[in-house]
Amino acid sequence: MAAPLGTGTRAEENGQEKQDMQEKETVTPERAEEAKLKAKYPNLGQKPGGSDFLMKRLQKGQKYFDSGDYNMAKAKMKNKQLPSAGPDKNLVTGDHIPTPQDLPQRKSSLVTSKLAG
Amino acid sequence: MAGVAGGGGGGGSNDFQWCFSQVKGAIDEDVAEADIISTVEFNYSGDLLATGDKGGRVVIFQREQENKSRPHSRGEYNVYSTFQSHEPEFDYLKSLEIEEKINKIRWLPQQNAAHFLLSTNDKTIKLWKISERDKRAEGYNLKDEDGRLRDPFRITALRVPILKPMDLMVEASPRRIFANAHTYHINSISVNSDHETYLSADDLRINLWHLEITDRSFNIVDIKPANMEELTEVITAAEFHPHHCNVFVYSSSKGTIRLCDMRSSALCDRHSKFFEEPEDPSSRSFFSEIISSISDVKFSHSGRYMMTRDYLSVKVWDLNMENRPVETYQVHEYLRSKLCSLYENDCIFDKFECCWNGSDSAIMTGSYNNFFRMFDRNTRRDITLEASRESSKPRAILKPRKVCTGGKRKKDEISVDSLDFNKKILHTAWHPMENIIAVAATNNLYIFQDKIN
Repeated sequence: MAAPLGTGTRAEENGQEKQDMQEKETVTPERAEEAKLKAKYPNLGQKPGGSDFLMKRLQKGQKYFDSGDYNMAKAKMKNKQLPSAGPDKNLVTGDHIPTPQDLPQRKSSLVTSKLAG
Repeated sequence: MAGVAGGGGGGGSNDFQWCFSQVKGAIDEDVAEADIISTVEFNYSGDLLATGDKGGRVVIFQREQENKSRPHSRGEYNVYSTFQSHEPEFDYLKSLEIEEKINKIRWLPQQNAAHFLLSTNDKTIKLWKISERDKRAEGYNLKDEDGRLRDPFRITALRVPILKPMDLMVEASPRRIFANAHTYHINSISVNSDHETYLSADDLRINLWHLEITDRSFNIVDIKPANMEELTEVITAAEFHPHHCNVFVYSSSKGTIRLCDMRSSALCDRHSKFFEEPEDPSSRSFFSEIISSISDVKFSHSGRYMMTRDYLSVKVWDLNMENRPVETYQVHEYLRSKLCSLYENDCIFDKFECCWNGSDSAIMTGSYNNFFRMFDRNTRRDITLEASRESSKPRAILKPRKVCTGGKRKKDEISVDSLDFNKKILHTAWHPMENIIAVAATNNLYIFQDKIN
């Protein structure tokens, strides 16, 4: 009798017990983990692994800044502050217009490595 | 307690033990991103040990000559040279930020008094010459000792400059810059056994270079699909065969390895051999492909075998057998039941490297919590050791570590949930001939040696 894997929270509550039950029904640990993940993120892509990771990997380092958007947003806001980036400054989402302050400082390391100290 | 034997000609000894030798780097709790070590590599003789970091810097250590007055200490590694190899760049045309992080360092075999190495970041490979200067000329005719030009009318006699000894100065200079050949991010470089060419591999292409020529390179593998939406796999690592200059391998994100022969065609899109372990379709999950992605591939010194590292295991392949590896070693199988959280914190994408010892009898790879693992291929024994400041007394023997997976935790064991996933050992190197290993633990470099009896 297959136990319904249920929602994420239920899985957390039952913890060890659920795992034991699953082992008895020969669900591999990997499948159990997959179920946990799908419970937390139901919209996760159908393709296992797949192109999403690869595209993200290929686009590493891409930094977009549109001076048109930036200036229009500034004009619209007038005196108000532009919405600034959240804690993760590298993530640009929604209405947020990247500002020069948000871009991480790109300074070369002029300091000698501490390994050589 | 018996450890994993390695190295030398003599084969495994049962009394083998690893001892702490040295640790380099700061003890700060706050690690600056630039100080994170990103590559470690011994040269062909093992006398030089190079490290690269995220700040684009290279530090080279040299082994000291053994000191007769201190017979118990084998040669120690001390700083020989340090230089800034790569700087951060911004490609304005593509809005692409190019990190200065050194992805790989590969030494060239030594051909004269100077040492040469290749270092690469995501886009540019550089050939560096490291040379020593221990003499300087004195007694020039046209300038004073302090460099000021002498008044030519005051010169009444000619002298021949003489060479005088000076304090050793080690200079590093960039001799070649191999740029603009990679659209995607370079993950590997490999010097060919012909000592004239080398390959560089990015996510979708592999290029062949001549060490003397920087304005041209040949594309030898191109797996970019015509339609990027059909992209299903990328190249993760590549290496030349140690003896056959026409053979190289490359690994993929799908857990496969292709061996190519450059004699068969100019463009090696069609492989000569295809290595893949059959998968049990019933055990397939969302994570299967991600954890099968190969993060490193290394030929054995003999050239008969190659080793691949995927997320949970290390596999040894016989080049003559394509349908499955001849040996499989579990690095941290207990993580299989943690894949969900490892996916959420991105650790599942960590790229661990692996290495052989000089005689190919043992292999080593890193794990989490500053643990690293060694496997003896002959005895099938494995050991888990830790790179930590706590066990950093000179010649202190490293105690084997154990991760407990079940309910009852024995004393000295550590439970899976207590592992620190921020302390990852991704880069390790084994001296080409002796039992000396270098282990990079974030911003610290540990050097361990076998116990001298």
